[in-house]
Order: sequence, then C-alpha cells, then structure tokens
Amino acid sequence: MNAELLEIRDHMARFPPFDELDDALLDKLASEVDVAYFKAGSMILEADREIHDLCYIRSGAVEIYRRNDELYNRLGEGDIFGHFNLLRNNRVRFPARAMEDTLIYYIPDSIFYRLCEQDDNFAEFVEVEKPRLQATVEAQHKRNDLMSTRVRKVISRLPLLIESDATARDAATRMTRENVSAALIVEPAEDASMAIYTGADGRQWALCGILTDADLRQRLVAEGLSPDESIATLHSGELITIQSDETVQEAMLSILRNNVQHLPILHRRRPVGLLHLSDIIRYETQSSLYLVGSILNQSSLRGLVSLKHEVQTAFERMVRDGSDSKVIGTALSAIGRSFARRILELAEEELGPPPVPYAFMVLGSMARDEQTLVTDQDNAMVLSNDYDPEQHGEYFKTLAKRASDGLAACGYAYCSGNIMATNDQWRQPQKIWRRYFTEWIDNPTSESLLHCNIFFDLDAVYGDERLVEELEDLIVNKAPLSERFLAAMARNALNRTPPLGFFRTFVMEKSGKENRSINIKRRGTAPMVDLIRIHALACGSRAQNSFDRLDDIAQTQLLTPNAVEKIRYALEFMSMARIWHHLYDVEAGRNPDNNIEPADVSNSERHNLKDAFQVLSNAQSFLQFRYPSPRG
Amino acid sequence: MLSLRNIANIEQPGWPEYMAGRAREARDERLKRFFEAGVPDPETPLKNVRLVALDLETTGMDVNRHAIVSIGMVPFTISRIQSGRSYYRVVRPRRLLREESVLIHHITHSEIASAPDLNNVLGELLEHLTGFLPVVHYHPIERRFLNESVKVRLGESLMFPMIDTMVLEARWQRQSFRARLNKWFGGQPQSIRLHESRERYNLPFYRGHHALTDALATAELLQAQVAHRFSPDTPVKKLWV
Repeated sequence: MNAELLEIRDHMARFPPFDELDDALLDKLASEVDVAYFKAGSMILEADREIHDLCYIRSGAVEIYRRNDELYNRLGEGDIFGHFNLLRNNRVRFPARAMEDTLIYYIPDSIFYRLCEQDDNFAEFVEVEKPRLQATVEAQHKRNDLMSTRVRKVISRLPLLIESDATARDAATRMTRENVSAALIVEPAEDASMAIYTGADGRQWALCGILTDADLRQRLVAEGLSPDESIATLHSGELITIQSDETVQEAMLSILRNNVQHLPILHRRRPVGLLHLSDIIRYETQSSLYLVGSILNQSSLRGLVSLKHEVQTAFERMVRDGSDSKVIGTALSAIGRSFARRILELAEEELGPPPVPYAFMVLGSMARDEQTLVTDQDNAMVLSNDYDPEQHGEYFKTLAKRASDGLAACGYAYCSGNIMATNDQWRQPQKIWRRYFTEWIDNPTSESLLHCNIFFDLDAVYGDERLVEELEDLIVNKAPLSERFLAAMARNALNRTPPLGFFRTFVMEKSGKENRSINIKRRGTAPMVDLIRIHALACGSRAQNSFDRLDDIAQTQLLTPNAVEKIRYALEFMSMARIWHHLYDVEAGRNPDNNIEPADVSNSERHNLKDAFQVLSNAQSFLQFRYPSPRG
Repeated sequence: MLSLRNIANIEQPGWPEYMAGRAREARDERLKRFFEAGVPDPETPLKNVRLVALDLETTGMDVNRHAIVSIGMVPFTISRIQSGRSYYRVVRPRRLLREESVLIHHITHSEIASAPDLNNVLGELLEHLTGFLPVVHYHPIERRFLNESVKVRLGESLMFPMIDTMVLEARWQRQSFRARLNKWFGGQPQSIRLHESRERYNLPFYRGHHALTDALATAELLQAQVAHRFSPDTPVKKLWV
C-alpha cells in the first residue's frame, strides 16, 4: 500500500529543482526516498565507493571535497549533491562529510534519470553546462513576458476568514476592525467535497461563501433581522472565484461579467486574497512614468517633498510586476534625476540664471541607472572654464546647497563621504576636473582608486551636458592605455570578496568564520559592478550601466562570451535579491537596508545566491590574470 | 504512569524462548506465522537487524476505555529508512470517538466510518511486523493497545520485543550520573518526549500525531541515538525491552 509521508513531500516541494515538478512526479519521488541520519563529522559519501542515489539535505550541513581533500563546497538544507557522481559512472568523485548532524534523503538513481528525461527544468538544474542561476534568471524573464501581471500581485493582504456559525454582529465587528468591506465565510469540512483546503491550524476547511457590506445592508438591516442572527443565512452562497495565476485582465473581466464587487482569489483551493475593483484602479495609477510626469510639474519644493512616498509605491509596483533589475534601476534613476532637475530649475528661478554655464552631474548608481531604494546622493558640479571664484563663487555655492538640501528633503540622504556639489573640492571648473581625472589615472593611490569607483560612473542631469561629456571622453581615451592604472584598479577590486556559502542561520566566510548577516551590496553587487567597470574602462566603453557595459565588453576579447553571460546572470540575480530584500523591509514597515539575513532568504534564493557569489569570486580571480601589474 | 525504571525491567524473560512458546500454542494462523518467524538472536549486531518503526494513534491513554484509530509503520535499518515501503491504516474503533481526539489525529469522522475493523487488517499488519524488530517511542502504548485489541478479538495475546527510543533516552537523560546530579541540585529534568528528544540530535521539527509521521520520526531518532551513543556492532539485546 502506498502510504504518503507528507513531511518528505512538503519539504522537497519547497526547494529547487523539485519545487517546479508537477504533482505526479513529485508524489512518485517522495514515495521512494530513503532516509539516513549522519552525526556531525561522519562521512556521507566516501571516495570511489559506488553510489546509486542522489542525496538531498533535509536538515544539517554538508561539506563536499575534491579528491585531493581540498574543500569544494558547503551545502545546507534543501541542497542536493551526488549528481555529478551519478552522471559519471556511479563512482564517488566528490566525497561528502556531515558538518553538523545531518538528515539525508536518498533519491534512487532510477528516479533521478527519469526526472532528467521527463522534466526539462530538472535536467537544466542538474546539468553542468547550464548553471541553475541562468535557468532562474531566464525563468523570471519568461514569467514576465508571458502575459501581463498575475492577479496575485495585486492583492495586498490575506482575506478575512469568518466561520459560518459567527453572528452578524461578530462578523461586522471583525470586518470593521480589519477595515475590509467583505469577508470569506468558511466552515469545518466534514466530507471530501470540492472546496476543501487545509488551514494553517492543520484542520480541513471548506470555503462556503462571501459576506459583503451590501449583504449586511440588504439581508440584515433592510429585512429588520437581529444582529445576533448567524451569518449562515446572510452570505451569498454562490461563489465566483479566480485562480491566483490568472491575469489582472481576466479578473477585471470576471468582475464586470458577473456584476460583483469582490472576487475571491484562490491558490488551488486555498483562499489567498479578496480582490476589489478599486485594487485594480489603484494598481493602474502607480506607474513610475506617471510619477516622473508629476515631479516635473511641481511648482515648489514642498510639492516635490510630498511626492517622496510615491517613489516607494512605484518601486513596490515594479518589483511585484516582475520587472528586471535594469528596468527598476533605470526607473528609480529617472525619478531621482527628475527630482534633481526640478529642484535646480526651481532654485534658478529664485536665484536668477547662472552667470556662467555649468553642469550638475550625478555619480555612482544614479549615473549607472542602477538606483535602488536605499541610496544617498552622490553629485558634483562641473563649471565652465570661464568661472571666476571671486565673481561667481557665491552663486554656485548657494545653488549647490539648494540642490543638496532639496534632494535630502525628497529622501536622498546626504552623502556620508561628502561626495556632493556642496563640497568645494567637487564644485570646480572643467579644467580642474581634467586635472583630477588625469592625475588619478596616471598616479593611482589608494584614495584616488576609491574616487575612480565613484566618479568614473558619471552623467549630467542638468545644465550644459557637454561639460560632462568631455570628461567622459578623457576617461575613454586615457584609461584603456594605462596598464598601471588598470592593474591598480584590479588589485583594489579584490578588497571586497563574496562569502563562500549561505546557510540557514549564518553566512560562511572564506576564512571559515560565520556571520549573522551579509551586506548584499558591499559583498555582492558593488564588487561585481566594480569589476565590470574595470573591463569597461579597459575596452573604452562609454556605457555607464553595468549591463550595457557588459554588452560592450562582449564585443572584445577581454572575457569569453560564456564568462560575460555568467556575470550578467549573477549580477541580475544579486540585484534582484537586494531589491526583494528592500521590498520586504518596506512592506514590514522597516527602513530598507542591504543586510540580508539568511533566515529571511527563500530557499531557491539561497541556492542561487551561492552560485552568484561563486561567479563573482571566479571573475575576481580572473581580474588579476587579465590586468597584471606591469613589470618594473 | 509507571516509573520508567520499572518499564525497563518488565518482560525480560528471554524473548526468543517466549516467541517459540507462543508459536507452538497460538491458535490463530496469522499469529502463529508471526511468532514462528521469531526474533533475531540477542547477540546480533544492530547493523544486521531489520527494524520497523511502529506508531499507533489512539483515542486516549487508557487501554480499558480507548482504542486504536490508526497505525503507521516504516521499515528501516540503522543506515537507511525505507520510507517508500511504509504502511498506514486507519481502523474503526469499537468505542466511540471523542471530539477532541479527532482534532489531534487529523482524521475525520467520515474517514473512520469507512475504515475496517482491526481484525480485518491484522493479517497485513502482522505481515509487516514479521521478521522485523519493532521500534517505538514509549512502548507501553503500543504493547498494551495491540495486546488488548487482539485479546478482545481473538482471545489470545500479542506481545513481542521492541526497542523503545524513549527508554533509551531516559537512560541518558534521567538515569545517568549527570542527570541525577542535576536532580539533586533541583534542576528540571530534560524532556524525553519524541519532539524534544529529536531536537537534542538536531533532527528537524515534524508535525506530530500522525501515526506515519511519528513512525518516521521514531526511526530517525533511533538512527541518531545509535550514531551518538552506540555502535553498529552493539548487540541488539542491549536495546530491546
């Protein structure tokens, strides 16, 4: 008899590649695993033994070694190992040892081979040629392209569920307290009818109707019934629902076609939301384009400040829509640039036109179009060479202060490193800037290298753009020829390395040390952006955006096409992980930061992050090889 | 409740002799076959013993008032648990089901109403036990309820040796020198319930009170206990009760 062990099935269903398996394959798989416990320190796979199972880590942690005893990888809950051995003569090439007390699920090789044959996603995951990171990023894009948005992305909260034996008064009280105009009515399920699902309490429930404000008005108040009446007689029993993976468009049509106000959203049989027509309207007006329009229309700083919260809303919307990191980064940068531009326009209206031409330039992430929610302002002013400090100094000093204070009021914090136009050093005529840049390239110092990482991502947002473009020319002409500069940049890029692995409750450093959390910007996206910048400088790319730079690098021989693609996927993945982390923070009412705690990372993310860190680490090692220090 | 030390000491007649005796006397064919298969030699090292984790869910703790509602079994050895060969049955108790116990076991009235009587599944149940040494957590439940249910139906008793992971845990957590020291100084004793015992070996949390899940949980616990406290060569007689 086939007895089902739900603990096994439900666990595997949460981890890639099993999370994408169809139910029948997953059931089959879960019903054939063997289980084994390994004490911390004991061997799970010994070198050269025969192996006939894929190993899945149910709990604990495992170290994988090369045959020369060198540590190859560290794995945690939900990770699989042994597949390389299965694909190569069923002999253990990579021995495995339990780091902690570990519970392993053995998946028989017969099932493993069958999964590889029958499920493309699974095959892709375990195949060596197609890293899972790439598979994930491609899948994200596929989902995005499929059709417009899924209805589950519009719902903002779980539906209010009320048991059918509650009184009308109870129901109305709870609806008022939760500030909703409708609730779903459920009853304990006795028989296996259609609409049964298992609640968080482990009990079986059946969805039996919906109760709305209108029901309370029409069927209770207007009929003169008592508030102590059970809602069983009040609610509308006939239920029109929609599955959570239908499109918003489909939901809208269903609301109109059936002439209802509320549409329960189900995931299979479980209610996950209650959609109201107003949700759709709200959704439609939160676009970032709309926001840029209203920024540029504001006639006062106060008006601009009032739009500050809309940035967050637009951000949330884009992330939930499944936009990729480039779309989100570009949109947030466009919003930031619009704020800067409008603030300067308003300041000029008040201070009068500038006495000599100038350009206000942004640096770093905004220049690269890679802005996120967590950001401070990095900016500077390039003044015309006709600038005379005696005559014009006060004007530009005031203008810079207006810009910086205005941006701070709109949510762009002052730069802690004082990289702002208010700093006299960074408010200079173009000839001084040329001198700075030339000096930095010709005589790199540890301080100037840090400056290059900020100032060599630059873009004009307001004023005479040619002033900035000419500086870009200088960099593009000079940097590719300076071996010494590139080598210094390459060495400097190694100061920030990724961690080795990501676990349930800690991050494993290369040194073997454990950390509570990881700064995904400092240890992930920023070092990746740094190394892309070096290749871009080497090939004379004019692009500022890291993905655009990768396109330029791909045209050269600096990196193999394969390496470029890997870097692209890894950057995209780390950027999205950071963006989602910001979103979760915002939704939880916290100030978004870059510190990712392993416990908050979903399982599939954990696997992919590890892969992305590996790509970064390999790409960093390659830098030293590509840009060696010149002899002598 | 019996004190744990007493539990560990009852029924130690020499299981092979007991089984052989019952094989001669048993009237029911199914019981006869089961007893004839016997038990492993007491000196057999653990690594060579075929085990089966067994868990019963009952409507309560009192064998005179309550009854079995479900049975879960998972065969295993100390190196592998064969979850794919597990066995699970809901049976209809002859006594009424109290409301609250239904909640605990996640079994609905309709499931029980359509379930067979224990007597109808006794054959397959014994087949799954034959040749295996059962492993349970807190054996008085399994021992008394199986014995009582079979006695009521066939007029014969059903007893066999078992490994009790709770008794093993009690040896270390309650009766060790350190545990007694802890007690003298007024410390709280360590819990030896299934979930808490598993935690000590870093085994994952499972939702309890499903006969099959609890059987799996027990099998994993024994593997962990053997890995930490015994060796694969420990003779089986050191563990069974």
